[in-house]
Amino acid sequence: MAPPGDDVVVPVVELRDVSRTFAAGDVSVPALSDVSMKVGQGEYVAVVGPSGSGKSTMLNLVGLLDRPSKGTYLFEGIDTSTLDEGQRAGLRSRRIGFVFQSFHLLAHRTVIENVMLSTIYNGMPRSDRVPSAETSLLRVGLGNRMDFLPTKLSGGERQRVAIARALVTRPALLLADEPTGNLDSTTGGAMLGLFDELRADGLTLIVVTHDSQVSAHADRAIHLRDGRIEVLT
Amino acid sequence: MTGIVMPVNGEEVAPAKMSLRDLAAEAVAGIFARPGRTVLTVLGTVLGIGALVATLGVAKTAGNQIVGRFDELAATSVVVTNEQGFFFGPGGDSRIEIPADAESRLLRLNGVTAAGSFGSVEVGGALVRSVPIPDPLAQTEFQMSVYAASPGLLDAVRGDLATGRWFDWGHSERGDRIVVLGTGAAQRLNITRVDQQPVVFIGDDAYVVIGIVDSVRRQPELLNGLILPEGTARQEYGYTSATTVQIDVEIGAATLIAEQAAVALSPNEPTLLRVQKPPEPQDLRRDVEGDVNALFLVLGGVSLLVGAIGIANVTLVSVLERVGEIGLRRALGAARRHVAGQFLMESTAMGLVGGIIGASLGVLLVVGISAARTWTPVLDPVVPLVAPVVGAVTGLFAGLYPALRAAALEPVEALRSG
Repeated sequence: MAPPGDDVVVPVVELRDVSRTFAAGDVSVPALSDVSMKVGQGEYVAVVGPSGSGKSTMLNLVGLLDRPSKGTYLFEGIDTSTLDEGQRAGLRSRRIGFVFQSFHLLAHRTVIENVMLSTIYNGMPRSDRVPSAETSLLRVGLGNRMDFLPTKLSGGERQRVAIARALVTRPALLLADEPTGNLDSTTGGAMLGLFDELRADGLTLIVVTHDSQVSAHADRAIHLRDGRIEVLT
Repeated sequence: MTGIVMPVNGEEVAPAKMSLRDLAAEAVAGIFARPGRTVLTVLGTVLGIGALVATLGVAKTAGNQIVGRFDELAATSVVVTNEQGFFFGPGGDSRIEIPADAESRLLRLNGVTAAGSFGSVEVGGALVRSVPIPDPLAQTEFQMSVYAASPGLLDAVRGDLATGRWFDWGHSERGDRIVVLGTGAAQRLNITRVDQQPVVFIGDDAYVVIGIVDSVRRQPELLNGLILPEGTARQEYGYTSATTVQIDVEIGAATLIAEQAAVALSPNEPTLLRVQKPPEPQDLRRDVEGDVNALFLVLGGVSLLVGAIGIANVTLVSVLERVGEIGLRRALGAARRHVAGQFLMESTAMGLVGGIIGASLGVLLVVGISAARTWTPVLDPVVPLVAPVVGAVTGLFAGLYPALRAAALEPVEALRSG
């Protein structure tokens, strides 16, 4: 994974002419067309655009949940088309953290169990799991909710559990899909404060949003429209 | 961030790993997430395995019982005959005799409950009559079999006396002129009671009747004859040795006693004696079990199949319900095989638990039925041990299709619909 040259800094994410089309019956619908972009180490990037512009498709591709139909995706310099399914899962478990809009917490497991869920696929030694999960939950300010079931938590608290789960494996890249979409403005603001802190710690963040408040916090915003990058600021 | 980055191939990227223990823990957590449904799912396997175990147990118990009832008499009988006594063997002088103390020799063997020897007595064609009644039309003299018996014979043939008594060693040793009649002989001689010491004549020799044998369970020819004590026969008719020895043994001892009896009676030439022993009880039991098993095993198999379909169905529903969870796990780094493994393990665990509970209930049922029928419960110990394994295998196969369905889900699709 070493960069091929000392003077070149390898971006965490690099898309080269990436397209993704979905087959809907006989027609193929392009969701992303010839998108190229780079996100460097420690950057905080917002992806904005109207519904159906391909934001989520892009996030899934970047998160190795989906494969491009065309083009090349380099993750930390690695050509991801050369990876098999198990290796992609390995990268997801070690290098990438996800925060979903609908949180995706397991309703029958306690908060700390939900957080520890990502450690079982990541090879973390058993003895480290509880301390890591506790640290992660303290980080998001949920030290007093560890043994609660997610159903007893407010929306903002659930979102913070999801963030703690994404952070517990110390990923290189955090992907968030509409992190403030289900939150009121106060808790949404708190979430953005948390993202600022994470970014200050050197985490690379890509956040999909249509909340202008979120994109204002980011270093730059990528505007998508109809599957193409409209503005790259 | 300047310059063109040369792509690196991903050969060295480690695939996702998950320990078996974590997989098991996740499977258990999945099972307990919906305990009510799990219980209902497991019920199918419980019924299937329970039916199988109960069937095998009841069949074996009943088989055992039938054999025990039908063959209790045969299974406890060993008969030694000395046909050789009438012939001369190849050596010319290999004629052997059943010893006079056959009874006490056999009683020393562990497992013998009673033994007695008997043989025909040669009376030189003498006819038998009782005290004559002047009736010119009635026959008063008969050709009858006369036997000499050892005192233990009555018990050995499981005989019952209609009246009077059986003789003992004292009668035999003194050579008392007494006789016991078989019930058939007694009828022909018109003797029904012995309290007035009736007398029968063999030729011209008078013998006091001391008892009448009403029935015997073995050697029924005795019922039509006169039975003298061995000592009396020896003294009066030169009777030499018994030709038949009837041995009554404890259940299960027949095979062993059959081997030992010949040696005990003729240590030098045991092979010259012919020993009749009952057939091995296992053979009979196997036949009975076979009949009972075939039908009920089919029924048990059908219930197990229904149980398997139940597990498959519920696991499939659970896969469809947990699509979101599957997507989440994939996003967190679970490979397809981890997802498949988790669902397979859940269904296998349900099958295993169903098998354990089913086997327990099956055993209880066998005991319950046996208690109600006052039977002895018999169960092959392998059955309750193998039953949970059968349950687990059932669960494994039932979970195969749902698990593959779960693994085939695309994470993106799964996350969207969850």
